[in-house]
Amino acid sequence: MASSYNAKDEDGHHSGSGGPAGPGVNKSKKPDNTAFKQQRLPAWQPILTAGTVLPAFFVIGLIFIPIGIGLFVTSNNIKELEIDYTGVDPSSPCYDCAQNYSWNSTAPCVCSVEFTLDQPFEGNVFMYYGLSNFYQNHRRYVKSRDDSQLNGDKVSLTNPSKECEPYRTNDKKPIAPCGAIANSLFNDTLELSHVNPNKTRTPITLVKKGIAWWTDKHVKFRNPSGNSNLTIVFQNTTKPVNWRKPVYELDPSDPENNGFINEDFIVWMRTAALPTFRKLYRIIQKSKDNLTPTLPRGTYVLDITYNYPVLSFDGRKRMILSTISWMGGKNPFLGIAYITVGSICFVLGVVLLFIHHKYGSRSTSADIPN
Amino acid sequence: MESLLSLGKRKPRKNGLQRKRRVGAWNMTLDEEDEELMRSYSGNKIRTTKYTFLSFVPKNLFEQLHRFANVYFVFLSALNFVPIVNAFQPEISLIPIVLVMSVTAVKDMWEDYRRRKSDWQVNGQLCEVYDRTQQRYVKRRWAEVCVGDLVLLGCNDIIPADMVLLHSSDPKGVCHIETANLDGETNLKQRQVVRDLPQQGPDFNPENFSSRIECENPNNDLRRFRGYMEHPGKVRVGLHNDNLLLRSCTVRNTERVIGIVVYAGHETKAMQNNSGPRYKRSKLERRLNVDVLWSVALLFLMCFSTAVGHGIWLRGLKGAVFLIPDDISPALAGFYMFWTMIIVLQVLIPISLYVSIEIVKLGQIYFIQNDLDLYNPRLDAGIQCRALNITEDLGQIQYLFSDKTGTLTENRMLFRRCTVAGVEYPHHENAQSLEQYEEQFGGAADHTLTLRSRSSRKSVSCRSLSCNHSSVSLNTLAAESDSNSFDDTLHRQAQGAFSSTMECAVVPDPQLGQKLKVLSAPLLGRLKHDATELSHIVDFFLALAVCNTVVVSSPSQPRHVVQMPVARTPLRSLEEMKALLQKVSLPRFALSPSQNSDGSPGFTKRLFNRGRSATYTPNAPTTPAARAPTPSLTPTHTPSPCSTPVLLRSGAWGQEEEQPRQSDADDGPAAEEEEKDDSDEEDKLLYEAESPDEAALVQAARAYGCTLLGRSPEQLLVALPGTGPLSVPLLHVLPFHSARKRMSVVVRHPLTGQVVVYTKGADSVIMELVGRKTSDDQREIMEKTQRHLDDYAKEGLRTLCIAKRVLEEGEYEDWLKRHVFAEASIENREELLRETAQMLETKLTLLGATGIVDRLQEDVPETIEALQRAGIKVWVLTGDKQETAVNIACACKLLRPTDQLLTLNCDIKEDCETLLSELLEQIGVSERRHASGCEDGLAVGDRGGFMLVIDGRTLDFALEAELQGAFLELTGSCRSVICCRSTPLQKSKVVRLVGEKLGVMTLAIGDGANDVSMIQVADVGIGISGQEGMQAVMSSDFAISRFKHLRKLLLVHGHWCYTRLANMILYFFYKNVMYVNLLFWYQFFCGFSGSTMTNSWVLIFFNLLFTSVPPLMYGVFDKNVSAQTLLSLPQLYKHGQNSKAYLPSTFWLTILDAFYQSLVCFFIPYFAYAGSDIGLFSFGSPINGSALLIILLHQIIESRTLTWLHFAVFLCSALLYYIFVLVFSIICVTCNHPTNPYGIETKVMSEPLYYCVCAVTTVLALLPRMLCRGLYNTLCPSDVVKAGLIDKLRPEDYSASVCQWQENSEAIYHNQNPRHLDKNLSVNADIPTDCTPETGSVLS
Repeated sequence: MASSYNAKDEDGHHSGSGGPAGPGVNKSKKPDNTAFKQQRLPAWQPILTAGTVLPAFFVIGLIFIPIGIGLFVTSNNIKELEIDYTGVDPSSPCYDCAQNYSWNSTAPCVCSVEFTLDQPFEGNVFMYYGLSNFYQNHRRYVKSRDDSQLNGDKVSLTNPSKECEPYRTNDKKPIAPCGAIANSLFNDTLELSHVNPNKTRTPITLVKKGIAWWTDKHVKFRNPSGNSNLTIVFQNTTKPVNWRKPVYELDPSDPENNGFINEDFIVWMRTAALPTFRKLYRIIQKSKDNLTPTLPRGTYVLDITYNYPVLSFDGRKRMILSTISWMGGKNPFLGIAYITVGSICFVLGVVLLFIHHKYGSRSTSADIPN
Repeated sequence: MESLLSLGKRKPRKNGLQRKRRVGAWNMTLDEEDEELMRSYSGNKIRTTKYTFLSFVPKNLFEQLHRFANVYFVFLSALNFVPIVNAFQPEISLIPIVLVMSVTAVKDMWEDYRRRKSDWQVNGQLCEVYDRTQQRYVKRRWAEVCVGDLVLLGCNDIIPADMVLLHSSDPKGVCHIETANLDGETNLKQRQVVRDLPQQGPDFNPENFSSRIECENPNNDLRRFRGYMEHPGKVRVGLHNDNLLLRSCTVRNTERVIGIVVYAGHETKAMQNNSGPRYKRSKLERRLNVDVLWSVALLFLMCFSTAVGHGIWLRGLKGAVFLIPDDISPALAGFYMFWTMIIVLQVLIPISLYVSIEIVKLGQIYFIQNDLDLYNPRLDAGIQCRALNITEDLGQIQYLFSDKTGTLTENRMLFRRCTVAGVEYPHHENAQSLEQYEEQFGGAADHTLTLRSRSSRKSVSCRSLSCNHSSVSLNTLAAESDSNSFDDTLHRQAQGAFSSTMECAVVPDPQLGQKLKVLSAPLLGRLKHDATELSHIVDFFLALAVCNTVVVSSPSQPRHVVQMPVARTPLRSLEEMKALLQKVSLPRFALSPSQNSDGSPGFTKRLFNRGRSATYTPNAPTTPAARAPTPSLTPTHTPSPCSTPVLLRSGAWGQEEEQPRQSDADDGPAAEEEEKDDSDEEDKLLYEAESPDEAALVQAARAYGCTLLGRSPEQLLVALPGTGPLSVPLLHVLPFHSARKRMSVVVRHPLTGQVVVYTKGADSVIMELVGRKTSDDQREIMEKTQRHLDDYAKEGLRTLCIAKRVLEEGEYEDWLKRHVFAEASIENREELLRETAQMLETKLTLLGATGIVDRLQEDVPETIEALQRAGIKVWVLTGDKQETAVNIACACKLLRPTDQLLTLNCDIKEDCETLLSELLEQIGVSERRHASGCEDGLAVGDRGGFMLVIDGRTLDFALEAELQGAFLELTGSCRSVICCRSTPLQKSKVVRLVGEKLGVMTLAIGDGANDVSMIQVADVGIGISGQEGMQAVMSSDFAISRFKHLRKLLLVHGHWCYTRLANMILYFFYKNVMYVNLLFWYQFFCGFSGSTMTNSWVLIFFNLLFTSVPPLMYGVFDKNVSAQTLLSLPQLYKHGQNSKAYLPSTFWLTILDAFYQSLVCFFIPYFAYAGSDIGLFSFGSPINGSALLIILLHQIIESRTLTWLHFAVFLCSALLYYIFVLVFSIICVTCNHPTNPYGIETKVMSEPLYYCVCAVTTVLALLPRMLCRGLYNTLCPSDVVKAGLIDKLRPEDYSASVCQWQENSEAIYHNQNPRHLDKNLSVNADIPTDCTPETGSVLS
């Protein structure tokens, strides 16, 4: 309560002087007069008004509309053909297969779908299989794999991760590859042949190499090392429950495409983001001379070895043939989006210009407060 | 004794039952029970650390888990370990909690380490403790001191524990302590040795000390200590606060002090008062918590819908190959999904927001503290932010409650004028010199500052010297200071050893000076004045000099109190003096017969002896008066008062001084040497007073030759005009009490020998106490004085009345008995003492009154005006008189000439009630009239122009529950309210009432202890580190040094802090909702399975790392309007006042925008990739990329200030994200099982589609906000936006615009205050006319 003023003054000074130091060494508490400490840093102060915003709108409009047109045209130039071969409809050739087939069936069911290309497909044609209502992105499904095992780790090979449950072991033997993703590997076989005018069929060469990402094929997926004979490598493991043949016999035609590095398998293992998706199945390479289209106009037959049941969950199976461009597959949406956004921006720019002319000057000078 | 430390730690067994503690010295006299008891008291070792090495982890965890946010986090992490619901890998979900908690833990650990270090230092300090086995004092660590120890301290030692003072080297048994460590007050306080100790004298033998102490249990009341000491003879002596030496105070000016420890360690008052930092919750934070709850609701809603969706989805599926087979029913799966989703969407609750807010506030405080404008070069002090978490409240203040003295005014009291015995002495010259001084104020103050600091340093550095110094320096002081020459006095004082030259520069009134001179004139024949008047005048000045608690010290040793010198005879011929006084005072002072016949030099001696014998002082034999034989009066010393050369006197004193000091064995030869050093010391006296007006009065008395030269508990050394230093036996001091509003001293008059009570206090109180049955003479004086007092008050002077009472010896004896009883009593001591004081302070004789000026601080009117323009209602709560308060209100433009003054004064509650309703009606009438008069709608709702003045008594009624409503309604109609004569309690009640009932943000500002309660009650408490100690500062949230700093603090920093924080919080919500919703939308495409399209690391780090710094920048650096504009356009403050930046609507708009943006951000990529072979995490990549872009660009749109720092941080954030994801996708081949990002980002980002998607997403997401901002700012810009636009103008346009705005708002501002009020309300003449020329309506 009590302190005289001189004492106070002294107190203030004391705290500044920091003890009984000699005169002149007193460090003042005075704050530094720097731009930073005094909050005077040079600054850009954007205040969005009609006047400042409208150039941005015009610029966006002017940039987006051409891009949109470009995208739209590109997308339109892509040729794409989709064939649903699920066999839901009784008239569909695969109806019988679809109805009778389950995971437990032993005998393969074969059906053929005929289709016609109205336009020739040029350049490399990509053949996809597509699944609908197939939730490869289900949380527990996505996790049900063992990357170490797939990477060739021997410990994981015989002792897969718990994430793989319940597809971890079968008959007390570790499953290789373990997990639900591998277990549900798409196992239809699709073959394409051109129906010549004389009703003979010319099989089309489907290239099964190069469909997986390079990084996956060469780094992420590896067979367990030690022996080139995969049968021996995988001898203590068992195949996934739904599989017909073990992992080392996935591709009988090419020993290099077996085990974990089977490209069909790798592609399947990269889970799709959305319940309707396609996965690259084969590539039809353009003809060497580049004169004839890869797939000329005409009738084709798709031979399907129907192994994969999807009707139980109301799924659909498709075969897709598509050419690609720099922006990937056919998708007009992005082009339309660009054009729309660009147009909106442009229109808004005009509106803002009008507003700016009518009200813009008001906020800066004349009648400031109202 | 060695084992005591450990014993002391034992749990106090009997503490529950025992209400008092018993303490004795450690010796045989203690019985076992007592010894046992004493061991149960805690030791002196202190431990302020929270943790030990081992307990840190568990205890810190425990403490952190007390925060709700952390519990939530831990809960989520734990949830993630439940396999059925886990969303991420368990380790990943631990990251946020581990990160947040380890940051906090590191901070805690560092703080604790610092505490540990300081504890260790404190505990390791050495002090001398008496060791009974070795029969001597030994050095011990502080930690080893325990209750019952006898501790020996020297000068400048820090007191290790609370001790009762048993012995002091000071002959009077006084010890001075400085409590700066405790409460920041740097003046000295006196402590007294326990009375009636069997052992007195210079030697204190601890062996013989066998008294026992019983005192109250440890408590935190610094100003109270009660107990008694039982001496071996079963004699009980009361102990009180004056006997207690408090831990961590410093012993000053006393060479040796011995005390017995009564409280040790954590039981000491210092430690009990040591509470942690202040924690207040700001208004914005309360608002924020509501919205956090909304977020929780939103989260639950989202999770619930996901859960339901999952159940339904699952029901429609049978045996799908992608389902992991289990036996869970869809309902149960939905239930599990609910919890999974809570984990997935946890980010929606902005947990890191709390941490971010703390960081942002630290940043804001850093800038506030570094503001040059809030720096006071005179005190070398800037603003002190004591509360760290209510910066934004500064921007929302609606009511400001200000103390007057020391807050609005300087609290540098300057004696201005006085009235004595009904005659007014206007001191015109004094007024002039005050004005002159004002002009050269700055320089002079600076000069004295350095002077003070030098001297104080000296006192610190030469410890040994200062203790022996006093008696020597006093010689010179005393010898020179009794000069009667006014010019001389003035000259010397003007050199100013005092804190400011101002206080000293009292130019005596010529008339009064003349009258007083008579006293010192050698010839009594010139005595032509009325003897009564002269005696009044002498008494008046004696009262001024004596009736106070001023401590005198010499400038060279400001910490060194001028001690009571040996008594000596006045230099003037005593016969002469006595004759004069007899003549002068015969009508009034009935001299006792013994004195009448006494003309010998032994007069004073006997006088003192007699006086002392009446005081029951235990150490009476040691008083210097008795020890030192009165020197014989030699004829050469007969003074010729006006012309006596200083040299002659000092020489004479030198001679006389030899004798007593040689008898004093303590001083030794060193003192003699120092005498020589001292001879060149100036005769400057430093007065250290409890309140500045005391010092001012003492200085004033000094200007008239009534100089207070020294003080001891028993005596005062006073020089009167014409006399030498006189010893005035001080019998009692009845200290100032806010309830009594006065203080008194009981002294034996140095000349007449009577027991006289001098009372000084507020005029209202004194006037009542002045005897009713007084003579006409006296009544006339009272009337005149009252008139003068009114004049003073109108001038804005602080008034004090001086009165005295002569006590008969018998009367005194009676009173003394009661007083001694009261002092010794343990229960009700305070009440009894107050009662006895009241007994004494009756039948007073009015001597006169003083007017003290207290100038306004600089820029106060401007500041108040700016604050009022900012929409802050300014109330002044003061203890001063109504007139003074109104006057100050005028001076600081609180009260404008056009204002109508409403006064609310009444004595009973019923009156108050009717008055209130009358006033309300009156306001209503005038307002209606006004409204009908000008129907332009300008002033609707803006009531102003009324000013309420209410006094303390009426305030009591108004604060009662029944009248609260009416009172608040009335004050609501007034632009400002002045509460005068209010007590501290009332102040806090008013603040609480307004804050609670009106639900407004309150700010209280004050500088003194009487403002503490109000400061604590208000939402924001501001202390002014001024003249009245540090208590206000200690209890405040912010401490500033000048009132004017409030302007920038509120208008600029408050505004900034509020908008910054509000915007940052909104942004934070937006950011979280926007990002989390992306995951939510995805649930519709993954069967509501809780799947995420983003790698969980990125998911966790997105908010925690990649986008956490930009909001901080936003919260710390953003300036929506420049400081200059904010200061010149105070009305911009209303933006924060009305919480414009953070309204519920803005919150929901922000959430809505976040929803929209997340929809865009999710669905454009969705449609762009739909049906393609896009992989799960490849799909997330463009979504994340554009989300980051949107979030950062959103901030750029919202920011109003972008410096290179901002851009650097934006760039860093973006780069950090991209580097992280790229590196992660390159190096992580199998590391993040099972959702491996290997190769994804590199692949996706190499495709042009990625950039196409990001571009269109970002543009479309930000389009509405940009458009709305642009349109809104153009079509109906808010004031803040307009101000921001003005900021961007060129300088010349800028000032023109600001001026124009000011003018426009000026018009509005004045229109709000109805000029044409009816004047036919009752007009009170008391209203200062210069202030309210137009109206002044006062009821009652």
